[in-house]
Amino acid sequence: MSEIGTTSSDGGPLLEVTDLVKHFPIKSGLLVDREVDQVRAVDGISFYVNKGETLGLVGESGSGKSTACRAVLQLLTPTSGSVKFEGREIAGMSRRHLRPLRREMQMIFQDPYASLNPRKRIGQIVGDQLKIQKVASGKELRTRVEGLLDRVGLSPEHYNRFPHEFSGGQRQRIGIARALALGPKLVFCDEPVSALDVSIQAQIVNLLDDLQDEMGLTYVFVAHDIGVVRHISDRIAVMNHGKIVETGDADQVCEHPRDDYTKKLLAAVPIADPRESRARRERTVAG
Amino acid sequence: MSATAETAPAPTGAGGGPLLAVAGLRVGFVTEDGRVQAVDGVDFELEPGEVLAIVGESGSGKSVTAQTIIGLTRSPNSHIEGSVRLRGEELTTQTEAQLQKVRGSQIAMIFQDPMTSLNPVYSVGKQIVEAIRAHRSSVSRSSAHARAIELLGAVGIPDPERRVDDYPHEFSGGMRQRAMIAMGLALEPSVLIADEPTTALDVTIQAQILHLIQDLNRSRGLATILITHDLGVVAEVADRVLVMYGGKVVEQGSLDDIFYDPQHPYTWGLLGSLTRLDQPRPHRLPQISGAPPSLLSLSRGCAFRPRCPHEFAKCKEVPGLEARLAEDPGHRDRCRLAAEQKRKLREIEGRIGLEEPA
Repeated sequence: MSEIGTTSSDGGPLLEVTDLVKHFPIKSGLLVDREVDQVRAVDGISFYVNKGETLGLVGESGSGKSTACRAVLQLLTPTSGSVKFEGREIAGMSRRHLRPLRREMQMIFQDPYASLNPRKRIGQIVGDQLKIQKVASGKELRTRVEGLLDRVGLSPEHYNRFPHEFSGGQRQRIGIARALALGPKLVFCDEPVSALDVSIQAQIVNLLDDLQDEMGLTYVFVAHDIGVVRHISDRIAVMNHGKIVETGDADQVCEHPRDDYTKKLLAAVPIADPRESRARRERTVAG
Repeated sequence: MSATAETAPAPTGAGGGPLLAVAGLRVGFVTEDGRVQAVDGVDFELEPGEVLAIVGESGSGKSVTAQTIIGLTRSPNSHIEGSVRLRGEELTTQTEAQLQKVRGSQIAMIFQDPMTSLNPVYSVGKQIVEAIRAHRSSVSRSSAHARAIELLGAVGIPDPERRVDDYPHEFSGGMRQRAMIAMGLALEPSVLIADEPTTALDVTIQAQILHLIQDLNRSRGLATILITHDLGVVAEVADRVLVMYGGKVVEQGSLDDIFYDPQHPYTWGLLGSLTRLDQPRPHRLPQISGAPPSLLSLSRGCAFRPRCPHEFAKCKEVPGLEARLAEDPGHRDRCRLAAEQKRKLREIEGRIGLEEPA
């Protein structure tokens, strides 16, 4: 049953992470920094993501899920372990060698207010990487950016506006357009809906779903909201204290959790059904 | 269980009426861009031991309603109408000095972010002592300190004798929120207003805080106004629910009314877009199209009209908040559709939801 480490049949997974470790040193000392201890933010995790699927990564704050994403993307240098993208080892690669890979792997961030440069226009925010990667320039760049804006549900006239003119949901759409500009294969979504209003969350989740179908995207979807993760994911990995405690099919993990921590986490999720939650309360009182 | 003497409506306070009564509350602000009617007619009553949830999105007016109750929205650019009565006593006309005596000692408020609502340069205990002595100067420092320890213990902070001298940064997020609740309870208020008290917390901690609020409710008869956007949280703790949209209450009723017989399309939309772990997942998450309205440019008539797939001619006039079901006078809403029609329209693939506009 254990899925960790096994791979899919045709050509291997898109992303394969083995024994990934990221420790942060705790330093102390007046003149010479001595390393006195370590924070084991990510403590030996292994998982794989197949092409076109969504892997959900859930856990509470401090469980290491965001650090794991950043270490996989080489935004943080992993302490040890291997990260293979399309079979190629990328852990420890130099920044210069990583640059072409940035086209393939992108990230959508949690806070739509902090993740967009307030002094840049939307066209620039979405289009700059096309320029940096020398994919398009001039008129073609503008056409491509306007096409992207249209695709994520914004209008091309927004090209010359600034981030502060947009609502949270619209900003998240800008963040999505930016992540998709280079036509990536793998997108890390780090809590993409948790800062949004309830009625907007569903819109963004559905947008991500549609884009996946259209563009054949592969997602790693990180969130603390298990309901949302289960909705969008094919498989789920549950993290606690820097380790993956359980992985499996999304429905399987939510309906028949095997690990004690997963059980505890699921039991704490409020049920939006008064009769059900009353029944659950009585069960816990009785038990 | 809870139908003990303290929940009997009659003998509370002087007036004999409800503990807290809000009637016709309207709050407007003059801004650079024009006048904003943040709250436009809110009415409710609150009894001891009751949990009233106010549900809404950003800009719906839920937080402004709560802040106005304890006079936190008073400013030169605000305009407040209507009445807020605590045990029959009008609060909106009281002076700032009079209100200070009400805040904390009779109505306490806790906020979403426990990190920014505690002062980082004072120990947690000192802040509780300060709150007590600000209202009761006769209480000695040492007995206030003892009371702080007792309160921290009561809200479930382990080893309170030692932790009382800790600073906020030494507490985890959940413990900080417990400390805030302890401070709120220090003067034994009869009303607790909790504005998104668990939004910044992890689910396991959220469950603990909600249980704590519920326990206090039952054991002390504390009346609670819970402001939240999370219907899961509402289902766990609330007795009654107000759903707000664009500054207006669009539906109010008992917990079961709102979840099992919702009358307003906005409520259907909120219920429909929930991701439920106890149900098979739908292929597509039902969504409400569009965005929450800007209060500067509310549409005429029903504020939800631009996002509502069931809009018809009558929606151009503002519908009143009325009981539309003869058998349930406490359940009121602002939608003009006939009850018959509503029952049919809200049913989407066997569950309650808002149909997507074509």
